[in-house]
Amino acid sequence: MTDNSPPADDAPVAYSKTADPDRALLEEAVTIRRPANELYAFWRQQENLAGVMENVVSIEKLDDKRSRWTVKAPAGREVSWESVITNDIPDRELTWQSAEGADIANSGRVRFEEAGERGTVVRATIAYDPPAGIVGQLVAKLFQREPRIQTRRDLHRFKQLMETGEITTSARTRAQRENRNEDQTTTRELEENPA
Amino acid sequence: MKAITWHGKHDVRCESVDDPEILNPRDAIIRITSTAICGSDLHLYDGYVPQMMPGDILGHEFMGEVVEIGAKSTLKKGQRVIVPFPIACGQCFHCSKQQYSCCDNSNPADKMDFGREQLGQPMAGIFGYSHLTGGYAGGQAEYVRVPYSDVGPFVIPDDSLEDEKVLFLTDILPTGWMAAENCDIQPGDTVAVWGCGPVGLFAVQSAFLMGAARVIAIDHFPHRLELAKKFGAETLNFEETKVYEALQDMTGGIGPDASIDCVGLEPHGLYVDNIIDQIKVSTFLGTDRGHVIRQIIMATRKGGHVSIPGVYGGFIDKFPIGAMMEKGLTVKTGQTHVQKYTQPLYTAIAEGKLDMTFLISHRMPLEAGPEGFQKFHDEQDTYTKIVLKPGMSEAKLAA
Repeated sequence: MTDNSPPADDAPVAYSKTADPDRALLEEAVTIRRPANELYAFWRQQENLAGVMENVVSIEKLDDKRSRWTVKAPAGREVSWESVITNDIPDRELTWQSAEGADIANSGRVRFEEAGERGTVVRATIAYDPPAGIVGQLVAKLFQREPRIQTRRDLHRFKQLMETGEITTSARTRAQRENRNEDQTTTRELEENPA
Repeated sequence: MKAITWHGKHDVRCESVDDPEILNPRDAIIRITSTAICGSDLHLYDGYVPQMMPGDILGHEFMGEVVEIGAKSTLKKGQRVIVPFPIACGQCFHCSKQQYSCCDNSNPADKMDFGREQLGQPMAGIFGYSHLTGGYAGGQAEYVRVPYSDVGPFVIPDDSLEDEKVLFLTDILPTGWMAAENCDIQPGDTVAVWGCGPVGLFAVQSAFLMGAARVIAIDHFPHRLELAKKFGAETLNFEETKVYEALQDMTGGIGPDASIDCVGLEPHGLYVDNIIDQIKVSTFLGTDRGHVIRQIIMATRKGGHVSIPGVYGGFIDKFPIGAMMEKGLTVKTGQTHVQKYTQPLYTAIAEGKLDMTFLISHRMPLEAGPEGFQKFHDEQDTYTKIVLKPGMSEAKLAA
């Protein structure tokens, strides 16, 4: 940068009003009242994340850095890809990227920042390249209607589990807990594909 | 089991629904022995609180007996408990500050989006109070699932204290108390209380206990004003008196040192702003009616305190922000951090210093819940507080 452009402010780039609109980049942060090393340790065992991420069917560990993600897609379909940890700073940061040839190219970073008595700020930045065609349409739905909302909910479930030991539900019965999730998926599909 | 369910404006029913189950390790199932209809339930009944869904079970003032516990509940079967209306995890930042009604974790992740839009941040879960507050089933039922049961429920140590003596620890007693506490009352202060329903009446008593020299209570129901008078308050009937002008005169032109809004978003009365607000609400151009809070901001003395325990759900306009700022008012608000007050207020009851039972005008079986809602709504002067008794017949109640 050699021109006289004004200095950038401190806002996360995902929230810029002036950068080229890029729906495939998002950032969400949540503060969790637990030490960073504990949160990092949970996240480092990638297969743990299946429990807090709503649309994830399974995360299978392939080796220390690689895992296979299987995610629910509409109409009972599933999409799968291999994810590789590309940068690992213990207790501070994890970066990952989908392996070459993935249907859905995606990459992300999660940072764990000390926040004193408030605990740890967990900041997730996720980017994916929406491919064209049928797979692209699936991708749009993978993250529910709005990828940012999906990420925010997933981070909040992570917070609930880490702080309280359980994931909060307001359901009254087991059947209702199951149905609620189905209802939501159905509602979303209806909104996206009005008959 | 049987439960009181919401189906729309002025349409609540007593229906059969599935029994609740233990879903998480810290859950408990409570068999309800007593449950009250709260004034804030009328906001749901009148359709003012958004995010209600047909079939939602109502009720956030309830107590009962522990009948089932999850692996990590600290309760024991057979214990008698009162259950605070806000659900709190006990472990988040807000709970660590005893701001239980701000709990970060008790509103399920998939219910938070609307709260974020409407309020900036989602609020804590509340039993039986819309999907904005988590979509939890309430306690106007035979049984209820209580999450985080190791944090909220208060075990009643003395079996000789009957339900009605301790039931109001769940909401209206601590709410009246916190409303007065939020006024930072100094000895000799004059406190004005708008609304003499249960919370207003407790606020009157609490204000005196905290050192207020005078309390001025405002309502239009003669019976409620009489009750306020019994506790030592001076009273104003807003149907007969110009409230702002009277308050200025009674306080020598200064205004009350502190004002408490125990009314919230559904004020009564034929005032221009109230009528415009009502039209806006009925045409979905606004969510709340603000006559009382506007009057409070104008009436309170410069540098004084304003406390809002009354429920507001969304947005109002014509808000006197100039008066609030130029007069340097301190405004404190909030759903009650019930868990913080349970033990001290329980002790006060056990020692006979506080008795809330005078409020109860009617006892009904659960099945009469729909009738109770209608009566409480239409005849507030006579129906000051209704307690529903699940599992009890009409005849047994009369005995």
